[in-house]
Amino acid sequence: MVKTETYTLNMGPQHPSTHGVLQVVLELDGELVIQAVPHMGYLHRGIEKLAESRTYAQFIPYTDRLDYVSSMGNNWGYCQTVEKLMGITVPERAEYLRIIMTELNRIASHLIFMGSLAIDLGASTGMMFGFRSRERILDLFDMACGARQTYSYIRFGGVSADIPPEFIPELERFLADFPAMLAEYHELLTGNEILYHRLKGTGVISGQRALEIGLTGPALRASGVAYDIRKVEPYGIYDHFDFSVPLGQVGDCWDRYIVRMEEMKQSASIARQALDQMPEGQVMAKIPKVIKPPVGDVYHSIENPRGELGFYIVSDGSTKPYRLHVRRPSFINLQVLNETCQGLLIGDVVAVLATLDSLMGEVDC
Amino acid sequence: MEVNKLQTQDERDNELLEKNIILTSFDTVLKWARSNSLWPLSSGLACCAIEMMSAAAARFDLSRFGYEVFRASPRQADLLIVAGTLTWAMAGPLKRLYEQMPEPKYVIAMGSCANSGGPFADSYSVVPGVDKILPVDVYIPGCPPRPEALIHGMLELKRKINNPEAARKKV
Amino acid sequence: MSNLDINRVLAELQAQYGEEVKLLGEGAQAALIAPTTYIVEILGLLKTKESYQFNMLRNLTAVDYLEYMEFVYHLYSLPLRQAITVKTRCGMEDAEVPSVTALWPSANFQEREIYDLLGVKFIGHPDLRRILMPEEFTEHPLRKTYKAHNTGEKTW
Repeated sequence: MVKTETYTLNMGPQHPSTHGVLQVVLELDGELVIQAVPHMGYLHRGIEKLAESRTYAQFIPYTDRLDYVSSMGNNWGYCQTVEKLMGITVPERAEYLRIIMTELNRIASHLIFMGSLAIDLGASTGMMFGFRSRERILDLFDMACGARQTYSYIRFGGVSADIPPEFIPELERFLADFPAMLAEYHELLTGNEILYHRLKGTGVISGQRALEIGLTGPALRASGVAYDIRKVEPYGIYDHFDFSVPLGQVGDCWDRYIVRMEEMKQSASIARQALDQMPEGQVMAKIPKVIKPPVGDVYHSIENPRGELGFYIVSDGSTKPYRLHVRRPSFINLQVLNETCQGLLIGDVVAVLATLDSLMGEVDC
Repeated sequence: MEVNKLQTQDERDNELLEKNIILTSFDTVLKWARSNSLWPLSSGLACCAIEMMSAAAARFDLSRFGYEVFRASPRQADLLIVAGTLTWAMAGPLKRLYEQMPEPKYVIAMGSCANSGGPFADSYSVVPGVDKILPVDVYIPGCPPRPEALIHGMLELKRKINNPEAARKKV
Repeated sequence: MSNLDINRVLAELQAQYGEEVKLLGEGAQAALIAPTTYIVEILGLLKTKESYQFNMLRNLTAVDYLEYMEFVYHLYSLPLRQAITVKTRCGMEDAEVPSVTALWPSANFQEREIYDLLGVKFIGHPDLRRILMPEEFTEHPLRKTYKAHNTGEKTW
């Protein structure tokens, strides 16, 4: 007599809450989600193919534009892979500078996460607060390398230029102000009952499933799995620093949010330690004028704010890579979207997308 | 007849202004209203979208120019800021978004990818410039352009709306 | 850091599968290579055996070497903190490889990407279709025979 049917709703490529051009095709039964299938490729720029016609150094700006809110990390991952292939050692001051820049970038990236999460769930002033703090960090990057967003600061053998004299006092001012800022965000967001009820218990991913499906980064750690490349396979000089890796228990949206807030605190602590320990010296090693790695292939991965960013380079001895593959965390993390959203309401799909924190520049490459 | 007593246009206008009356044309008023209150569509594609969001955020504050109301639906917007790389896959949806916007509507191409394909101009899937599919009013160079550059671009658009002759090419 | 002795793994696999399992490269570039007929079994062994426990597939990628297509699996063992690289090859005509999604579901999107950009079919994949290019696109852009160019118009 009465027939019920599911209907398809398109959360199209242009949407205020999809964090870029992601299309999620929702199959709904009333307001409950039956399927949430992501369709990618609206920002596929063919970066891996372009890599085959650019020299190694010419590719550094392209790595900036992969995950465009954590460009320092992308640069570092790529440069370390080439350095591993060529056997270049980086001077110590440059290592410290790299760590300071990448950890500041981790804070900036998580502030965007926090701002986007707030505005997606309806608290639009959250974005204003997040971006305001991020501007302080972008001022520091502007001082160091002249750019606010796509830096290309970390190069083969070190960093492109030493920091100017006004950088350190400004960094000290920022690190002194940051705990108060973070306390304010905790008071406004973490203490907010509406946010708590929307995120707690939503989109649970168990640790076992997260590991199987290839989740990495804060989303994996929120499910209780202690996989942080900075601790498990330290690269650079991460073993010189004392920091902890926050873990969640349940793996719901709340845990993914809290893990990132805690990570910001830890990053500020690492930056503080690096600033205290940083020696004087060169910032760039002596490297050949023309980068021609020996024949072979290598894979290297680092802990980016979104997960494990890996680069696989196959070199044929010439100045251009034969094949360059980027292991993109946002791309692999998105596999978990469909199964996590089943049985949730549409508003919860937005919360899950926001806490998985995928960036389309990286998903589509 | 005393020539000195003849009023100039300015003096006549000032007299009227004191009585709160302004004489102007319908066109001028509409152009003034539109240019001071453009409603952009939130259509960020890639990296430039983050700088667009920064321009709307607290430090660079697009709101002081009247442009902070980013609409989610194209039916309510009159400015399409193409911020980021346009791929052929996204060209269809973007064209449809543009067609859904009511007249009068304007397009700003923000960043070098939207201007001409940028660093990806020789890629197999990238549209070399958004003007291949849409008519562009203002081009903002940069990779990504600073928020001040976006604000400058929007103020140039305001100048163009108020005075279209200034934007026409001198033949 | 990785403390895996790859020669020991090689010896153990050769004892079971014969001389077709070889070692390529050395140091950071060392990798085991096996034919496609055994590759799923070998990867399953590496995942389940107590002394290996490679429970994470970090990266799965493929490289077009003109005469053959090479597939690279980067595995990581979280309990034992070890990493290993395993490779396999197939011909270019009717390129087909067994899928590893049954062992590691994280291979799902990665295999779809290889199918999309390199045109390799994965036998046993639950949902093999294009992921980055639209369905109407007919070429495989990452193949060496596809010349990177921008025609200035839509090519499908």
